[in-house]
Amino acid sequence: MGLIVGLEEKLPSGLVLTSVEKLAGYMRKNSLWPATFGLACCAIEMMAAGAGRYDLARFGMEVFRASPRQADLMIVAGRVSNKMAPVLRQIYDQMAAPKWVIAMGACASSGGMFNNYAIVQGVDHVVPVDIYLPGCPPRPEMLMDAILKLHENISEEKLGPNRKRIIKEVEAAALAAKPTIELKGLLR
Amino acid sequence: MSEQSGMFGATGSGDTSGYGGLVRSVFSLGSAERPFGSYFDQVADDLERAYPDFADAIERVVVDRGELTLHIKRVRLMEVALILRDKLLFEMCLGVSGAHYPADENRELHAVYHLLSMTKNQRIRLEVSVPDSDPHLASLVEVWAGCNWNERETFDMFGIIFDGHPGLTRILMPDDWRGHPQRKDYALGGISVEYKGAETPPPNERRSYR
Amino acid sequence: MSTYADPYASSRETTEGTVFSVTGGDWDSLVTEIGAAKEERVVVNMGPQHPSTHGVLRLVLELEGETVTEVRCGIGYLHTGIEKNTEYRSWTQGVTFVTRMDYLAPLFNETAYCLGVEKLLGITNDLPERANVIRVMMMELNRISSHMVALGTGALELGALSPMIFCFREREKVLDVFEMISGLRMNMAYVRPGGVAVDLPANAIAKVRETVKDLRKSFKDNEKLLVGNTIWMKRTAGIGFLDLAGCTTLGITGPVLRSTGMPWDLRKMQPYSGYENYNFDVVTTDTCDVYGRFLIRVNELEQSLRIIEQCADKLEKLEGAPVMVADKKIAWPSQLALGGDGLGNSLEHIRQIMGTSMESLIHHFKLVTEGFRVPAGQSYTAVESPRGELGVHLISDGGTRPYRVHFREPSFNNLQATSAMCEGSQVADIIGAVASIDPVMGGVDR
Repeated sequence: MGLIVGLEEKLPSGLVLTSVEKLAGYMRKNSLWPATFGLACCAIEMMAAGAGRYDLARFGMEVFRASPRQADLMIVAGRVSNKMAPVLRQIYDQMAAPKWVIAMGACASSGGMFNNYAIVQGVDHVVPVDIYLPGCPPRPEMLMDAILKLHENISEEKLGPNRKRIIKEVEAAALAAKPTIELKGLLR
Repeated sequence: MSEQSGMFGATGSGDTSGYGGLVRSVFSLGSAERPFGSYFDQVADDLERAYPDFADAIERVVVDRGELTLHIKRVRLMEVALILRDKLLFEMCLGVSGAHYPADENRELHAVYHLLSMTKNQRIRLEVSVPDSDPHLASLVEVWAGCNWNERETFDMFGIIFDGHPGLTRILMPDDWRGHPQRKDYALGGISVEYKGAETPPPNERRSYR
Repeated sequence: MSTYADPYASSRETTEGTVFSVTGGDWDSLVTEIGAAKEERVVVNMGPQHPSTHGVLRLVLELEGETVTEVRCGIGYLHTGIEKNTEYRSWTQGVTFVTRMDYLAPLFNETAYCLGVEKLLGITNDLPERANVIRVMMMELNRISSHMVALGTGALELGALSPMIFCFREREKVLDVFEMISGLRMNMAYVRPGGVAVDLPANAIAKVRETVKDLRKSFKDNEKLLVGNTIWMKRTAGIGFLDLAGCTTLGITGPVLRSTGMPWDLRKMQPYSGYENYNFDVVTTDTCDVYGRFLIRVNELEQSLRIIEQCADKLEKLEGAPVMVADKKIAWPSQLALGGDGLGNSLEHIRQIMGTSMESLIHHFKLVTEGFRVPAGQSYTAVESPRGELGVHLISDGGTRPYRVHFREPSFNNLQATSAMCEGSQVADIIGAVASIDPVMGGVDR
């Protein structure tokens, strides 16, 4: 997350930084190019989202770049098996920052209905995920909703010293948080 | 196939229902007697005519639910396969699959071949049993080339080693995986799902019906 | 090899010969190193993530220039352990697992599995006719949607971008029908052992007829794009040759087998679910190449439309008939209805079982949680899926759960033909050959 981007080396500070953040966010979100990482059934719904009826081209995203170097967004669509996990990590590593990941579908978010020896129980074991999208498979409209939420997140991303501060805060909150099993819920 | 006791799947937890004492026995099918019905008699006749060691090689003939299953002795598998392909015109083998019966002493691993004759529009099934201690079978890749990947899959999932296979390696699991996943003594491998305040066990550890 | 040690183009000796690692830098030094080597063979990995390999398929190619000398498929990147998972679920729950194997033709997976279960139960002849007709109609609609993806992605991989958009447009029309009938676009778990989950809604048949008319018109447009197109034919005619002897020994079925001229279609030769009562033709070509298989898929669309029209006629006559087997010990107990949040138990049924009858509540509960018991034995049932013969081998030990479920997936066996089809041809022809086999990796790896 602290990777050097060409922009980040030359950041101003203060009010001008805020304007640069807004501009950079606006430009990054409007031309997000997905990498092809369609694995299983969700890939078909992703293709349907890129096809004529649910048109991803209206967000500038119909170009699914095969080369990870040219892609910003990795939509992990489908179940990730243990054999595929190293490949997933390698593709993620080959993508250039800034990059984002959407875990599309129940299998990518948490292993889905396949709680067994062969499937990684959630791709967040392998790559950091920005948006989790449930569904089996999620409708193309749900995928577009997830992408739009990601767009909002991207347009609000901070740069430079603001970013470092936010990262520190998020990490501190995560370390101090109660684990899920100790929270009070409906099961106990 | 044998006796099953208890109503619920998981064992070890306290059983207050009383169903734990339930004992059910499952009968396995014995060998069928002639006449078999439909085209099975013709297949058996052709096989006897073409293969002089027929009675020696076929352990059991099972006719059940409109399907013919020939249980073959392990050493005779290649001969029977060649005769079925050349003389009885079963040109297409639809694949090998495995099954693991841990209760059957010395016959734990079964390999099942489904054969199809397009010229005669007939189907039969061959079943071969091998013990766990010596899971070797002849590879039928020279008879039907399509068995190649199926035998690799059966090796990968059950551990049956096919002698004579051109390249017997794992095909579905990663190459350095240990164990053969679809055997009955291999756990399903799920993890428990964590909720707020409690956990749900994975499917192979839950209390469930047999 | 050479005395000049280049940090950007290092080489090392292995048992397979010299392996060069190229990490950018000086091209000239690499070329001099390779030029010093006697062999011209290059091993290229078309890895599991690739835009043209139809899913997570890994192809390891040995190239001599542009000619392929050896091609090997690496599969297993989508292995999900579905077959083992079904051993921990009841027979009806198995449908939801099994439907996700070949995810482009989910209804075929479900129907093959249910036919197997019904064979073990012995109720194949007790299924109501309406259930069989609905199954046939849904399967043929699924065949159309699967062929649309096959044609669209096949064209996309070979460089034709418009057919993909056209084909997905038609597919959306079919998915609308699926959504109206079963509540979901894909992976519906609609076909259950004993029949289908819920009857058709009131205006389903009208919608089906309208869709058929629509599709007939659109298919004519789609055909004009590629059939007879010179560039398409140059890319596909004569490519990926596999004759009848090759197909039979490799166990290949489906459009690849029919492209050799052999009219083998399980719907005609070993009919199931009442297929003997429908009028349709088996489409064959005899060129044994990619173009022939493409033509077969295009013409099978029209045959499917014929069958669907005949199904719609029959369904109108069978208005009000049951869609589940009459035996209450096997039939899925709930009466489903489309509610605000999708398909669920209808409110009248819930009122009845919770309010008035304890016995129906217990019965519903036992059937859903425990499931029915299937007598011991094994069965093998096969259906003609868009890719070939989809066979299900079920072993039951008399319990409420399967002992072993094995799917003989056509894509798994058909993909073995890649080596036979591609060795000796050029790299670009591999893409066409694999597209003509139309493998669905979920089915290959299960």
